Amino acid sequence: MDMQTNKKKLGLKEKYAHMTRGLDWETSYQSMDKVFPQATFEGIKIHDWDKWEDPFRLTMDSYWKYQAEKERKLYAVLDAFAQNNGHLGITDARYINAIKLFLTGISPLEYVAHRGFAAAGRNFPGVGPRVACLMQSLDEVRHAQTQIHALSNYNKHYDGFHDFKHMLERVWYLSVPKSFFDDAFSSGPFEWMIAIGFSFEYVLTNLLFVPFMSGAAYNGDMATVTFGFSAQSDEARHMTLGLECIKFMLEQDPDNLPIVQKWIDKWAWRGIRVLTLVGMMMDYMLPKRVMSWKEAWEIYFEQNGGALFGDLARYGVKVPECITQCTIDKEHISHQAWATFYQYGGAAAFHTWMPTDDEMDWLSAKYPTSFDKYYRARFTYWRDEAAKGNRFYTNTLPMLCQVCQIPMLFTEPDDPGQICYRESDYEGEKYHTCSDGCKKIFDDEPQKYIQAWLPVHQIYQGNCFPEGTDPTVEGFNPLAKVLEWYHLEHGKDNLDFEGSRDQKNFDTWRGLATKNT
Amino acid sequence: MAVTALKDYQFSPADTQDKFHGGQLLYVGWDDHLMFCAPFAYCLPPTTPFSELCNKILANSFGYHPDWSKVDFSTATWLKSGQPWQPDMSKTIGELGLKHKDVLRLKTPGLTGINGSRS
Repeated sequence: MDMQTNKKKLGLKEKYAHMTRGLDWETSYQSMDKVFPQATFEGIKIHDWDKWEDPFRLTMDSYWKYQAEKERKLYAVLDAFAQNNGHLGITDARYINAIKLFLTGISPLEYVAHRGFAAAGRNFPGVGPRVACLMQSLDEVRHAQTQIHALSNYNKHYDGFHDFKHMLERVWYLSVPKSFFDDAFSSGPFEWMIAIGFSFEYVLTNLLFVPFMSGAAYNGDMATVTFGFSAQSDEARHMTLGLECIKFMLEQDPDNLPIVQKWIDKWAWRGIRVLTLVGMMMDYMLPKRVMSWKEAWEIYFEQNGGALFGDLARYGVKVPECITQCTIDKEHISHQAWATFYQYGGAAAFHTWMPTDDEMDWLSAKYPTSFDKYYRARFTYWRDEAAKGNRFYTNTLPMLCQVCQIPMLFTEPDDPGQICYRESDYEGEKYHTCSDGCKKIFDDEPQKYIQAWLPVHQIYQGNCFPEGTDPTVEGFNPLAKVLEWYHLEHGKDNLDFEGSRDQKNFDTWRGLATKNT
Repeated sequence: MAVTALKDYQFSPADTQDKFHGGQLLYVGWDDHLMFCAPFAYCLPPTTPFSELCNKILANSFGYHPDWSKVDFSTATWLKSGQPWQPDMSKTIGELGLKHKDVLRLKTPGLTGINGSRS
């Protein structure tokens, strides 16, 4: 017997309303203020949470269905990649170092993003953003997992992939992305949404994912390309959430504007500093380049970001004030960062090298006003010295910025030949920052940054040696002990690419695959 | 400005001098020599003679550079927190009044790095 139904299937909009907003209620045993203690302290005023528009209107059941479909495709590709020794299809073993940087520096952040969006979802009284944050939280943990799985294929064959989680909390340059997320996570839910949801996932995300994923495609790394594709449709949703969130805050109350603007200024700068690592990767670590960092910056920030801020102008939002500095920096930061990793290559969990003549010509062409004038002589000198057996490794720890935690490698806005020094005095202590942007952030909330876990200072305090180390013994080698504490194996994970195990193994294995002897 | 927080937000600084086992932090950069990507951080007892800093400690850090052997400390000039500063080579860093986390810039006129590139 056929069932007679009165009503046809629910439409998407109705289904979304029933399965999200319809599930919410006003608490009665406890006041709403106690249930949502983080909803108001940041000063953001929300009058009507129902005004939140979720442009995707995704419900949990369809979320499950779409994601499961994508996972099946992804894991089929990863299996094929593993079974066919896909790692031997990449352009050159130098490329592998780009994905080491990704696994150690980016993938753990996906996990922190998962936790952060879960916390934001818990803390918003409105059901619309709560559901959207829940889904983003699940996306982020999937991204962390799929990236770890994809890159685990490389861990079977190459050095430096073995302990990314341990390294994130210890290794000096990984404190840069780690402290960025810690800063966001330790703020309130609204600031988190501007920091990660808007600035990072909307304004800057193309500068992170496009270079890595296009870099993977250009260099024959199909495993990485596939997780990139798998994540891409989620990223579109994340961008929309970030944008919706900022519009919602601005539409709810005019008093929110100055708070939101302050966060945009802060988090654009914080994010751009972290992206220095991506710039370096694009210009130096990809054997087959996609585009220069400067070109990516011009397309994804200056053009696309410019259009976005054009749209937001009607709310009174201004372009982040750091833009002038960034326009100068785009000519320099990738070279400055690579010079830093090259000389601290003894303490990095990936290999470094100097560009070939062809690559230097490419850099000159892409950076006509800066590369030859400021960097070529230095790089050529290093390369020539390395050829003579005198490869340069700095033997002294660098001074770090109190806010971004990057070594003080950035130069003055009006003089690319001069390191930029900024300092602040707070309660009798001196604090040093790398730029006007970082100084401003420090001066605004000094109490937050005086606690910073700066790797260099921690080493000098004796906190970065394996348990039971006695630094007073004769012939104590602090660097060796720090590397041990990092779980970084000297001579395998670090030093120059030339002469590395990765280089030798890749050449041998590819030789077996392509030659008869 | 105070941190916007749920509760009273007071924490002690992570890097006060008492945590450095009798040492104090001193940062030194060498202008026009960007081969060294950033100023160096040292943890030194206040009893360290300034001459030892220049002739041993900085020499160990900067010695790779071909300009280092040409540095003449009698004509070199210094900046402390960006202001001109004149050290007495015979004194210790403590006697010279250098405080925890002070920053010095060494300027060596005439030495402009590899091929004059300020590297």
